[in-house]
Amino acid sequence: MVLLESGFSSPRNDVFPAGLRVLVVDDDPTWLKILEKMLKKCSYEVTTCGLARDALNLLREKKDGYDIVISDVNMPDMDGFKLLEHVGLEMDLPVIMMSVDGETSRVMKGVQHGACDYLLKPIRMKELRNIWQHVFRKKIHEVRDIESLEGIESIQMTRSGCDLFDDGHFLGGDDTTSGRKRKDADNKHEDRDLSDPSSTKKARVIWTVDLHQKFVKAVNQIGFDKVGPKKILDLMNIPRLTRENVASHLQKYRLYLSRLQKESDIKNSFIGMKHSDPPNNSTASFGLHKPSNTMPDDVLNGTYSFPMNNSLVQTVDVKGQGDRHGIASVPVAEPKGALSKDIPDSHKTKSSQMSFDHSLGSAASGVSFASFGSTTPARYSWTEIPEIQSKVEYEPVQPENGFNQLPLPEPSMIEKEVNRSRTEVKPLFDEYRSNLVGHSSPADLVDLFPVQSKNQTLKNQVFDPIFATKSSIKTKDISQNCLADSEFAQRNLNATGREVTLASLPEDLQIFWLQGDGYPMNIALQNFDFPEYNDPALIDETPFYSYDAPRLDHEHFFDPTEYYAIDQGLFV
Amino acid sequence: MERNPMRRQLQTLRKSLFDQGYLDDQFVQLEELQDDANPNFVEEVVTLYYRDSGRIILNIEQALERKPFDFNKLDAYMHQFKGSSSSIGAKKVKAESTLFREYCRSRNGEGCMRTFQQLKKEYATLRRKLEAYFQLARQAGPVETACRPK
Repeated sequence: MVLLESGFSSPRNDVFPAGLRVLVVDDDPTWLKILEKMLKKCSYEVTTCGLARDALNLLREKKDGYDIVISDVNMPDMDGFKLLEHVGLEMDLPVIMMSVDGETSRVMKGVQHGACDYLLKPIRMKELRNIWQHVFRKKIHEVRDIESLEGIESIQMTRSGCDLFDDGHFLGGDDTTSGRKRKDADNKHEDRDLSDPSSTKKARVIWTVDLHQKFVKAVNQIGFDKVGPKKILDLMNIPRLTRENVASHLQKYRLYLSRLQKESDIKNSFIGMKHSDPPNNSTASFGLHKPSNTMPDDVLNGTYSFPMNNSLVQTVDVKGQGDRHGIASVPVAEPKGALSKDIPDSHKTKSSQMSFDHSLGSAASGVSFASFGSTTPARYSWTEIPEIQSKVEYEPVQPENGFNQLPLPEPSMIEKEVNRSRTEVKPLFDEYRSNLVGHSSPADLVDLFPVQSKNQTLKNQVFDPIFATKSSIKTKDISQNCLADSEFAQRNLNATGREVTLASLPEDLQIFWLQGDGYPMNIALQNFDFPEYNDPALIDETPFYSYDAPRLDHEHFFDPTEYYAIDQGLFV
Repeated sequence: MERNPMRRQLQTLRKSLFDQGYLDDQFVQLEELQDDANPNFVEEVVTLYYRDSGRIILNIEQALERKPFDFNKLDAYMHQFKGSSSSIGAKKVKAESTLFREYCRSRNGEGCMRTFQQLKKEYATLRRKLEAYFQLARQAGPVETACRPK
């Protein structure tokens, strides 16, 4: 089948299932030897591993190096189910569990954690002969997903009403414009291929760190309790991602989180300002996201006084990691209507930041988002989010200071973005950005992604998406701001070649902003389609924001008219 | 040739191992895996098994010397041991392992100790028999005499 052949990235496509690349993990050396021999006899390519840790390393190093994983349940260094979770979340490979224990409860647990099969020891060779079916099945599903993804894309396009869409940039079939940077350096997401099922080389949605970040962001934004695949999918706004992809990923994620919850202390104070060190808590990210909903009213209220408060910004942060950016940016804006005007000025200093904050109402809001994504070190690590949030919160009324002071978790990540973004903040954005940037340096937007905390590598990668999502402000209120922000965020994110989904973030911000009065700005931006931000083309142009003041203002992000109107309206 | 009687002897020995319940079908699986690329596969696996499982036996022994018994730990060790024993088809040894685990679950220290002694006996017996078997197999020479590789 064409699919089959193109499905494998290994050179043995044409003789599938021969050459299937199997990774076997078992602490029992005798079994490892036997399984290796059995699999070789099936003409599979075998790699053995005595430790789960080593297996994960191998898988991470060679992301596309394996087609399927077979693992024992009982291992000394790591529970087989844990490994299963990780593989499912990070690599999305089919995993087969093995054990001498065939108790129903164990088998059930395996299936719940996402194992595609559960074998009882002693294992017969004939059982191994057919493991290729799991790989094949996944590929087929991916193709289907891709096809439905395209359906989603077209819907998005109509929704966005943006030119960008019309160009079909998002389709990914045509990577001309920034090519949706899915094909960027660490692009694992074969969107392009996905769009064409028949040529799908690897019709598998790979949950890269970025993608996962976006996912988590979306989840947090929605609120973990209310989350559902469709909502997440919409928020993430990734072309070619299907509801099924999200659903299965969500399931894995839930398992992962529940396990983390048991293990670590989840400080509920995340939202509050604790700079807790979330690294391990996926919950951290959750907490962060939830904030939008859970934040204490005061915090929100306090911050919201937009028009002039930086607190607003802060609140936003609290909301969610993504917010952080947004918030930061928001405060930056000068309340005055002339935000745009101010931007250039504010751009340079912290104070400008403040102005941004103030101008939240106006362009700022947009900016904030943008900057959000771009400048700040917007890298929230999932785990760190709580920190960020806390940071934001504690300074409800110190727009600039607060912002600047926000101790961003990991500057490293941010730098990347910051560099990109900082440059160019366009009038509004620039200011915002610069401010953010300045501050952000310390900011370490670490990976928001909790998983990342576990894996440093993930951490960095995850950043982008998170911010991106955050920035994408879909809600009307913040629309303007959000747009800007999201754009920025996107841009920034794009810098790293990741898709940024701005959509997710804004919501939180928006909520916050709304609190203030007179946020007319929001309205204007609303119309912009966030998906646009995801447009690779947009994303790629990191400097987009920077030089594009006019563009920003006028093209997609917001209607200039509206902008001004907003300014006026905002600063009531 | 001499091999014939030896071969016959080998076959008889092999059959008895199965008939007497020392080995189960898993052993046959191992034999089927043996090929030109791995002509001594079965023996290698058995050697590996005895080396690795010996370590587990030691752990269990040490655990049984500490009173009161940590049944969870003992159960975990035995789970490991059982999994390993299943790899070569050590039928009797596996049966003792299962019994041991049941005693662990019911927190029966006496039962554990008794079963463990029995298990060690079976473990040692099987080892002897297999060693004899492999030695005989080596002496008997390769089965395919017609196409002997140069």
